[in-house]
Amino acid sequence: MREIRCHKVASGCASGPALCTREAISFLGNVDPETGKVVDPSHELYGECICGKVLIFPGGKGSTVGSYVIYRLQKRGLAPAAMVNLRSEAIVAVGAIISGIPLVDRVPEEVLQLERGTWVKVDADQGTIAISE
Amino acid sequence: MYLSQEEERTLSGECGKTSRRMMEILVALGDIYGAERLIPVRSVQIAGVSFKNIGDAGLEWIRDLNGQVVVPSILNPAGMDLCRWQEMGISEEFASKQLQTVEAYRRLGITIDCTCTPYQIYDELARPGDHLAWSESSAVSYANSVIGARTNREGGPSALAAALIGKTPAYGYHLDECRRPTHLIKVDADLAGSDYGALGFVAGRIVKDGVPLFRLRSRPLRDELKALGAAMAASGSVALYYVEGVTFSPPLPLESEETLSLGREEIEEVYEHHPGSGAEIVALGCPHCSVQELERVADLLEEKKVTKELWICTARKTAEARPDLVRKIEASGARVLCDTCMVVSPASERFSKMLVNSGKALSYLPGLCGVKAGFSSTKDCIRAATEEGPA
Repeated sequence: MREIRCHKVASGCASGPALCTREAISFLGNVDPETGKVVDPSHELYGECICGKVLIFPGGKGSTVGSYVIYRLQKRGLAPAAMVNLRSEAIVAVGAIISGIPLVDRVPEEVLQLERGTWVKVDADQGTIAISE
Repeated sequence: MYLSQEEERTLSGECGKTSRRMMEILVALGDIYGAERLIPVRSVQIAGVSFKNIGDAGLEWIRDLNGQVVVPSILNPAGMDLCRWQEMGISEEFASKQLQTVEAYRRLGITIDCTCTPYQIYDELARPGDHLAWSESSAVSYANSVIGARTNREGGPSALAAALIGKTPAYGYHLDECRRPTHLIKVDADLAGSDYGALGFVAGRIVKDGVPLFRLRSRPLRDELKALGAAMAASGSVALYYVEGVTFSPPLPLESEETLSLGREEIEEVYEHHPGSGAEIVALGCPHCSVQELERVADLLEEKKVTKELWICTARKTAEARPDLVRKIEASGARVLCDTCMVVSPASERFSKMLVNSGKALSYLPGLCGVKAGFSSTKDCIRAATEEGPA
């Protein structure tokens, strides 16, 4: 187990298996709100389901409607358990806050390369990420 | 970020769950963008109105909120004319959800004007130097560039947070250092009408999220500035621009010596690359038509009958101000649609190709509606809508 310091964007504490990408995510367009799957064939996570995962990605991009997509996912029980960014931007930050999903940022880049399925606990309120190794 | 005692109390939940969440949004954004404090806003314009965009979850979120806005707040265009949706071919199911969405906003104390041109119907929402929290990209560009107010481009939730708290984090276009021009664009051509939309379409792709300073040969009118800004906000994400001798001057001089020269050729290419042939519908009013634009359309349609669907989109208050013009336009068989536009309404999706006079609609129709777009001047759009045979 190792612990990394991070910065809280949206409060809360949750854990789950890591799902990492080095590509930014546009929740509007990249992710299907009905299934929680990444549906953009050009995305590194194409075909992956983000439901219940600790989704680790550099940050969001695209339309601000992406915030609502995160909320829709949460309402359907398809949202990530928690999210980790290098640098959060407004779309993902707002989506996480209105959905009550813990979101942290300002982590070292190596976090983007965690092996998929690694168990990760995100405690936004304490500003820590615990990684099981 | 510095918070006052009152702001801290709101953040701790003393003023209820909705206020807490809203303050969390403002603080998180302030943190992300390096704001030092919150500042009061004069007015708010809220995105996330068309049910096509927000869906059931967005509606549920708005319904879950409890509170009242504390500054004048109005809405972005909805997915349909709130009264004449049946004529647009909107399903009852969609209409019901759209009306519920509007109702959910009304319950929060928001004025039900659904428009991308709030400045055309209310003078008091934005004055020079005012801080605002507006959402719609063309309205943001107009407020910053033409009115000389200061606003970032807010998402739906951050605008709603600003409306309920009455404040916004002071970063980005609220600050002088972010209002400095980044590119000088010289245009050596005489431009008029839709040429400004074409110029914006080209310039937005070049400057992306920069702040262009234009040196123009011709002197744009307000509606032409509206078209220029709208197009740049769609083909790029320009939220502020300057036109030498026309708009306010920049607070700080040009950042770089990056100079671009555009001429008639670049403008003509926009028309040539987007011919109107094959369009089954013509739609004007992106952004929403002003009274002057309605007058021009009414004149062009005089003693003509449309041979294709022709939509003229405007704000309800603008249409209500000039029922004579609406009657004149509709005598041709065209429809004056309020509260909505071709970009945010699902009614556009049943067409395969639409002819527009707007650089903004030209940018958005293919991606957001799956509709091909042709681009022409207002006059040629009206001609295409009234001539026999295919466009």
